[in-house]
Amino acid sequence: MPVKVGIPRALLYYYYYPLWRTFFEELGAEVVLSSPSTKGVLTEGLKYAVDEVCLPVKLTFGHVLDLAGKVDLIFLPRLISVKKAEYICPKFLGLPDMIRRLAGIPPLIDVNIDRYKSNNDICLAVKEVGRLFTHNHFKIWLAYRRSLKVHRRYFRLLELGLMPAEALAVLKDRVKNEPLPEPEKITVALIGHPYNIHDPYVSMNIIGRLRTLGANVITAECLPEKTAGSYASRLPKKLFWTLGQRMMGAALYYLERPDLSGMIHVAAFGCGPDSMTGELIERRARTMGMPFLSLTLDEHTGEAGVITRLEAFLDMVSWKMAGTVGAIKSSS
Amino acid sequence: MRVTFPHMGNLHISLKAMFQTLGVEVVVPPPCSKRTLSLGSKHGPEFACLPLKLNLGNFIEAYELGADTVVMAGGCGPCRFGYYAQIQQAILKDLGCALQFIVLEPPQRQITELLVKIKQLAGSRSWWKIIQALRFGYRKARLVDEIERVALRSRPREKIPGSTDAAYRQALDLIDCASSWEKLTAAQEKAKEIMDKVAVDFSRQVIKVGVVGEIYTLLEPFSNLYLERHLGGLGVEVHRSIYLSGWVNEHLFHGLAKGMGSGKEARSASYPYLRHFVGGHGQETIGNAVRYARSGYDGIIQVFPFTCMPEIVAESILPDVCKDFGVHYLTFIMDENTGEAGMVTRLEAFTDLLARKKEAKEALSS
Ligand code: SF4
Ligand code: SF4
Repeated sequence: MPVKVGIPRALLYYYYYPLWRTFFEELGAEVVLSSPSTKGVLTEGLKYAVDEVCLPVKLTFGHVLDLAGKVDLIFLPRLISVKKAEYICPKFLGLPDMIRRLAGIPPLIDVNIDRYKSNNDICLAVKEVGRLFTHNHFKIWLAYRRSLKVHRRYFRLLELGLMPAEALAVLKDRVKNEPLPEPEKITVALIGHPYNIHDPYVSMNIIGRLRTLGANVITAECLPEKTAGSYASRLPKKLFWTLGQRMMGAALYYLERPDLSGMIHVAAFGCGPDSMTGELIERRARTMGMPFLSLTLDEHTGEAGVITRLEAFLDMVSWKMAGTVGAIKSSS
Repeated sequence: MRVTFPHMGNLHISLKAMFQTLGVEVVVPPPCSKRTLSLGSKHGPEFACLPLKLNLGNFIEAYELGADTVVMAGGCGPCRFGYYAQIQQAILKDLGCALQFIVLEPPQRQITELLVKIKQLAGSRSWWKIIQALRFGYRKARLVDEIERVALRSRPREKIPGSTDAAYRQALDLIDCASSWEKLTAAQEKAKEIMDKVAVDFSRQVIKVGVVGEIYTLLEPFSNLYLERHLGGLGVEVHRSIYLSGWVNEHLFHGLAKGMGSGKEARSASYPYLRHFVGGHGQETIGNAVRYARSGYDGIIQVFPFTCMPEIVAESILPDVCKDFGVHYLTFIMDENTGEAGMVTRLEAFTDLLARKKEAKEALSS
């Protein structure tokens, strides 16, 4: 029987799931994904996480517990750094230690992913994990190459404007004709950590709602990393959070796009990086006169309130667009 | 150029000495107060950590007093501290406070970058003079630490309530006012004398508590609502895990003064609870908690600012440490809404509990 490796549907699952899954499957393991986020999953997490940690980490606790009893191992790497000279967040650094203490969970694959000093250091992690399954170095290497290929394909799909859920579906069904979303009149940039905006439970399906309300949604993931990086480098000092940098760069880039009608910033309550990048983004958006909405999510956020604010925001955006159109007409 | 810097406990004594030796004009911000905090939280990001807000308040208040340049430390993550200066600069610019920032970033490769920045401040001064200034400031930091240590020991044992604090302030003043190496030596002796004069009763039973947590809230009494003083008043001898000279060494000299602090030991003690650094002093918090627990402290108190990421990781793990060693702990999370009265109530209950436990233990062992 193949070894069952559990992957929590949380945090950087939204970036690396195709890569991780391919890697483990190539090594002959069976990959089990935790259930989609629900109130129940979160409630389990809340029982064990301290009040102060942010919602996505609380939810991760829940996802790990969801896998307990279903798998032999849980893949919960310590994501120290996924890019040279950058970090993700102190909570990612301490995640395996916060989780390991939970009773009744299977052993963790808590390998250090640390590219802080050099991007090549990833090989260490690949070897370390691979060795749990095989001693054949060639096989490990091959598995890694294949998983990278899938990863690249996934990111290309994201850059085409697909949301992670859609891109994952495309990868799964091997659909050749990747459908592009129909363009709408209003385009809204949704800026937030991927695990906050792409988890429909956490975000209260904000993407779906915006689309239903008639808006195109673009996120930081729709932009090639390079572009985001070069825009983010306009800041006086390089941001040392990979995700923060990407959100910042995307926000700066989108703010200059003439077809952008509004920007929504989604932060987790008490999130450290968001409190800093959010501040910079908001200041920039306000100076540029871009309609801006800031949403803060925690386990007490009420859905009704969020919907009302979204609707009001979109009304404001379309009102402003109508105003601009009027102004152009009257001046011509 | 009129230089200012953020407050952090008695850091100003050390920094002022360095700048004045270099002949740079200094504007020490008014001590942190309610006004500082309300300025900072009004203009700062809502979820920014407390030190950012208080520092921002310091800068605004120093600007009002005529400062035109801010000197502060930087960082390269993963914690927010490394981006404080840039955020504060953006906010101050929008507020119309024309303050120039000189940020001492940790040299990723060499110490020379730091020295160049310092040279920029020092103007035409010679390197010799610069090094003298740094040494002088550092010596003051160490003396301040020494006075604090003595105060922590005598506070729970003082015969006349408040006498330690009075002596402490006097002693610090002496150190602060000494303007040369020789005068500082004299001041050091005088300060020691003053501290030794506080009447204490060493036969008194005291409870021992180790205080761990985020450095700013440990070092700046305003930000922890005078935790140490309250504990001393309740008959608790406090041992604090981080001192000023350790910070100066780490952030301004980048660890040049060797053999300082217990960072390394603390980090290794944190294994197996927390196996990796998490930014800030999160790993030290766990490591020092282990060390306090091992050396028989009665209790552990963790203090940190609301939303402080490394300390939240530590907070999640601290219960395990305390359970394994059978010590009690208490956590204080500080923000602009934390009330002093509530804190004192919790401290009283905590010390009561520790005292009862201690008595029971002694009754058993005698
Ligand atoms: S980046 Fe923010 S939301 Fe993500 S884990 Fe860190 S604190 Fe939580
Ligand atoms: S250690 Fe805590 S308080 Fe200090 S900058 Fe980091 S998050 Fe803020």
